[in-house]
Amino acid sequence: MSIKYTKDHEWVTVDGDVATIGISVYAQEQLGDVVFVEVPEMDQSLGKSDSLAVVESVKAASDVYTPVSGEVVEVNSELEDNPSLVNEDAEGSGWFAKLKISDAGELDELMSADEYKEYVEGLG
Amino acid sequence: MGDISEIKQTILHDLHLELGAKMVPFAGYDMPVQYSDGIMKEHLQTRESAGLFDVSHMGQVVIRGDDPAAAIEKLVPGDIQSLKDGEMRYSFLTNEAGGILDDLIITRRSARELFVVVNAACKDQDIAHFKSALSGEVTVEVLEDRALVALQGPKAAEVLARYNPDVATMPFMTYQEMEIGGFPCFVTRSGYTGEDGYEISIPNAAADVLCRKLLSETEVAPIGLGARDSLRLEAGLCLYGHDLTTETTPVSAGLLWAIGKRRREEGGFPGADIILAEIANKPKMKRVGILPEGRAPAREHTEIADLDGNVIGEVTSGGFAPSLQAPIAMGYVPLELSSVGTEIQLIVRGKPRAAKVVKMPFVEQRYYRG
Repeated sequence: MSIKYTKDHEWVTVDGDVATIGISVYAQEQLGDVVFVEVPEMDQSLGKSDSLAVVESVKAASDVYTPVSGEVVEVNSELEDNPSLVNEDAEGSGWFAKLKISDAGELDELMSADEYKEYVEGLG
Repeated sequence: MGDISEIKQTILHDLHLELGAKMVPFAGYDMPVQYSDGIMKEHLQTRESAGLFDVSHMGQVVIRGDDPAAAIEKLVPGDIQSLKDGEMRYSFLTNEAGGILDDLIITRRSARELFVVVNAACKDQDIAHFKSALSGEVTVEVLEDRALVALQGPKAAEVLARYNPDVATMPFMTYQEMEIGGFPCFVTRSGYTGEDGYEISIPNAAADVLCRKLLSETEVAPIGLGARDSLRLEAGLCLYGHDLTTETTPVSAGLLWAIGKRRREEGGFPGADIILAEIANKPKMKRVGILPEGRAPAREHTEIADLDGNVIGEVTSGGFAPSLQAPIAMGYVPLELSSVGTEIQLIVRGKPRAAKVVKMPFVEQRYYRG
């Protein structure tokens, strides 16, 4: 199961027809201490680039957009009590939501781990 | 977008970069928002030990004349004439409508000299205001050759006393000129974090050396603007341009304590008619502390609603309080909904969230009263 990234620093992994989505290690470093995450509603239907979640750091709120279209089938309820999971394990237990993918073709537009690494390095 | 080449730097700019600061534009200056520890740790460091802040972007002004205290009272409602040498007072410049042009700290150095610290964003406008309104009575000198740093926290006194033992016994809101580490400094026991601490005005040429010395003390860490903001919010202190504007009056802002008894009786400051009438008849709106339920922070401009969903006001400062591990906010609500315990709602991203009016400060202030 490979990981893919967007230019907006979301990541996605796919298991069957379910995508797990979060923000990258680079993104959490930029945000700083995460104090609250607003996850989407269950069963919500989201189009590509719709707002999936809001991440609040001490200083500011940032929108997170879904890289793929689909229906929300699970949200990470752990984040409610422990939003710092995003800082500690952004690309693991700090995931936000799982979506049942409606258009698998959208995944092809995302960057591979190597491509993303190069992209982030280019950001300076 | 503003011209990037116009952005100013403080004398400590290189030190900030060396310390790994993340720099942001703030009030025309390139300032550190946080260092490598991050806002949360920097905030707690200041509450538990000591933090060093660069506040050199603020304006340091000396006003001289035959009776500068009497002169400046034409512009501020504070009782400045009763100050003794070395005493200081928080006050604000008002306009004819009773609105607030800036908040500032006025120190009496002597009968003929006041030392005034004003906000960075209002600096030029304040200085022009002093010069035009008090022309012929006073001279206004801007101290461009001095840095200003704040050393704040429960360990601040212990640390600074290593450089000059005289600082230990200074009471809150007093001023002394003294040598710190061999450099001629203006030291005040004041700050804007709710903690005991000092603001130290240092000759530019000595600022880097002295700051490095203070930072080499095990109790001290550098703190950026991010934590400065969360610290002052926890302390229930107003931020100009947010909690205080030309649209807010000192009465609605809950700053009546800064208007002396004599000034209330005599008036004689801009907007006195309006402000004194508000004191007598109560203001329509009042600044309150707000504790949201749950963990979602309510930021500035979040709408405040009553329990029926009617919008009644707006958050003017809001965020996450690291000391409380909870969101906090302040904002303006109608007087009848301003008492402690009143249940309200905050409309965060379109969704109403429960909150209530609470007493401020959110975190107990720990000033040294001697």
